[in-house]
Amino acid sequence: MSTQTLPYTVHPHPVTGIYSGKFGTWLFLASEVMLFGALFSSYVLLRVGAPEAPSPLHWPSHEETHLSWRIGGFNTLVLIVSSVTMVMAWASLKMGDFSKGRRYLWLTFLLALTFIVVKLSLEYVPKLRGGYVPAKSTFFSLYYTLTGLHGLHVIGGMVVIGYFLGPGAALWKRDPEYYTNRIECTGLYWHFVDLVWIFLFPVLYLM
Amino acid sequence: MSSHDHHTQGHGSGAHHELSFWRHYVFSTDHKVIGVQYGITALCFLFLGFCLMMMMRWQLAYPGQPMPVIGKFFGEAAMPGGIMLPEFYNSLGAMHGTIMVFLGVVPLLVGAFGNYVMPLQIGAPDMAFPKLNMASYWVFAVGGIVMLVSFFVPGGAANSGWTSYAPLSVIATMGQTLWLIGMVFLITSSLLGSVNFIVTIIQLRAKGLSMFRLPFFVWAQLVTAFLLLLAFPPLEAAGVMQLMDRVAGTSFFMPEGLVVSGVPSTVAGGGSPLLWQHLFWFLAHPEVYVLILPALGIVAEIIANNTRKPLWGYRPMVYSAIFLGFMSFIVWAHHMFMTGMGPTISTFFATTTMIISIPSVIILTALVISLYRASIRFTVPMLFALAFLPMFAIGGLTGLPLGLPASDIPLHDTYYVIGHFHYVVAPGTIFGIFAGIYYWYPKVTGRKMNDVLGKIHFWLSFVFINMVFGPMFVQGLAGVSRRLYSQVGYAHGEAVQSWTITSSWGAWLLGLAQIFFIVNFFMSMRAGKKVSDNPWEATTLEWAAPSPPPHGNFTTPPVVYRPPYEYSVPGLAKDYFPQHAAAEA
Repeated sequence: MSTQTLPYTVHPHPVTGIYSGKFGTWLFLASEVMLFGALFSSYVLLRVGAPEAPSPLHWPSHEETHLSWRIGGFNTLVLIVSSVTMVMAWASLKMGDFSKGRRYLWLTFLLALTFIVVKLSLEYVPKLRGGYVPAKSTFFSLYYTLTGLHGLHVIGGMVVIGYFLGPGAALWKRDPEYYTNRIECTGLYWHFVDLVWIFLFPVLYLM
Repeated sequence: MSSHDHHTQGHGSGAHHELSFWRHYVFSTDHKVIGVQYGITALCFLFLGFCLMMMMRWQLAYPGQPMPVIGKFFGEAAMPGGIMLPEFYNSLGAMHGTIMVFLGVVPLLVGAFGNYVMPLQIGAPDMAFPKLNMASYWVFAVGGIVMLVSFFVPGGAANSGWTSYAPLSVIATMGQTLWLIGMVFLITSSLLGSVNFIVTIIQLRAKGLSMFRLPFFVWAQLVTAFLLLLAFPPLEAAGVMQLMDRVAGTSFFMPEGLVVSGVPSTVAGGGSPLLWQHLFWFLAHPEVYVLILPALGIVAEIIANNTRKPLWGYRPMVYSAIFLGFMSFIVWAHHMFMTGMGPTISTFFATTTMIISIPSVIILTALVISLYRASIRFTVPMLFALAFLPMFAIGGLTGLPLGLPASDIPLHDTYYVIGHFHYVVAPGTIFGIFAGIYYWYPKVTGRKMNDVLGKIHFWLSFVFINMVFGPMFVQGLAGVSRRLYSQVGYAHGEAVQSWTITSSWGAWLLGLAQIFFIVNFFMSMRAGKKVSDNPWEATTLEWAAPSPPPHGNFTTPPVVYRPPYEYSVPGLAKDYFPQHAAAEA
């Protein structure tokens, strides 16, 4: 309510050169790095600590995990393209073209939806039905926790993008620069979510 | 709400406008209201955590005897015939730690003092993200409610210690699941808060308020916010993994071949119980500095104000706080010398632990030297601040033997450890909190707390709190384990049982001494002496605002001309020179 009277919500601070929302987003991402960092560290520790092959607790090979690199690769591509459309949305808004920016935002939203649908229908559901549940092994514990948490981040991104396509769009009429800044922050978050997947894909599907 | 937005469009800072009761007192975005909300909620939790401990002290002092008066209210599942069951004792222990740390002390230091005082001290109209600030309080409140609810589920609240070590915590009763869910809420809350604090301190300082003109309290809050921002997420990750272990049957922290009460565990295994400890302490050691740094900040403010001198060594103190922040991320495994990490890793962590004691000593020394040749005003906040110094020193120095593997091994998990860290957080941090409450109460209410009651509260608390924690060193050196339900029945425990009884009586008397504080706190709201905007004749910016500050804080945006503690400047008529005064009037 009193946000309008606070300085640097829209324009950058003369010394730090950044507006508050973007600064806050970067800090939030720093904490996200620590969150996923802890999970990746756990992955390394548990994998290094796993016994060798004859033991039932050995780390599974690709054949044993039944994860398809084709599906994972397709989803990687989907997310990378969605990062590009996100940048295009912001660039269009920056140049004052609201309808073009909106189209790119929609595209980003649909790509995110594609990712989730593919993940659920081609990976999670068949895996869970086939008995590859989280409790099966340390690998699947990690697989479901890491991809599940990442999936929640994707859904979170969709909620934010959906908000700026829906009720949040009114801000454009009041203060286009403010709206554009918010899309920029959304974009920062979205690139981070993509980046996490770019680490997850080789770690879970290829290594 | 839309009509409301209309209303506030373009209002200047300090402009008065009508808010509904709900928006003003409940879902407020004003940092001062949120600060008070945090303060009151956290004080209630602090009291609750203290009550849990007072109950435990009965069992420890008089094991197996029915608890007088209140024992019969807890039912057959917890205290049949008024005698505490071991499971209930364990719940009380785990929840005492959790509530004190995550729902009492940190919300007070950061949520209450940080929220209320920091924006005022930097001359800002509010926090950088007011709505986020409100969200952080309400997420915190939900986390607190989840923790409270966990007392009433089958099996009671979490009972695996506040550290929730696996695999015990994974096989524990349902309360542990709620503990994990509650923790995820509390971590989210502190994440939102810390982002807000850092952005506010960097972006919203008043004109002329460069970083090295910031009061030390603001520096302490800045370093603390970074610790919360970066140390908490690994615990969130660990919490999610433990939740998966409990709910989805995974085995992140479950080894193979585990046998529980003679029954082989059915989990796949392959996990590592030590992984939990690493992730937990990666948070929980920086957390120690989250508990102490803001308290040091409060004490520094009060010492500068009551010695009527600039702080001695302001810059070294700031550098020390920053260095302390960095170092606190690489000392965590000194909690794990008993796990068999090997001498190389133990030596590394022992070394970093010795190094991290240096900046703490620098800050403490600077505060002690600040007292030298000062004409000290012995106000109530100053008494607490002065008592803080030796208490924190005892806490710190008794920590040294715990930081070295050779001396840690016999002391590990004994009452010595309990005595050590309680000296840091109880007569240390909590005295800092009391000092802060007495000091800033006039800013929040426009009235001063009663001096006589305050002094009685101080002296009684000071005597009794040492009576609680001093004996623990004796018990610990005698080898009494911190987790024992009763030390009676063990020869080495019975030898020091009289100290346990002393400690328990200390705790109950300490509880009674708080009546003077509670009465004073509520009475002064209506009957306290009305005071000016700057009753302590202080220099920092919060005293430039009216008491209590209106929405938007300052009547005119302040401009800062000088460092924070310009007391007793030679040649001036008054002995203080406020940061915002252009020249002496």
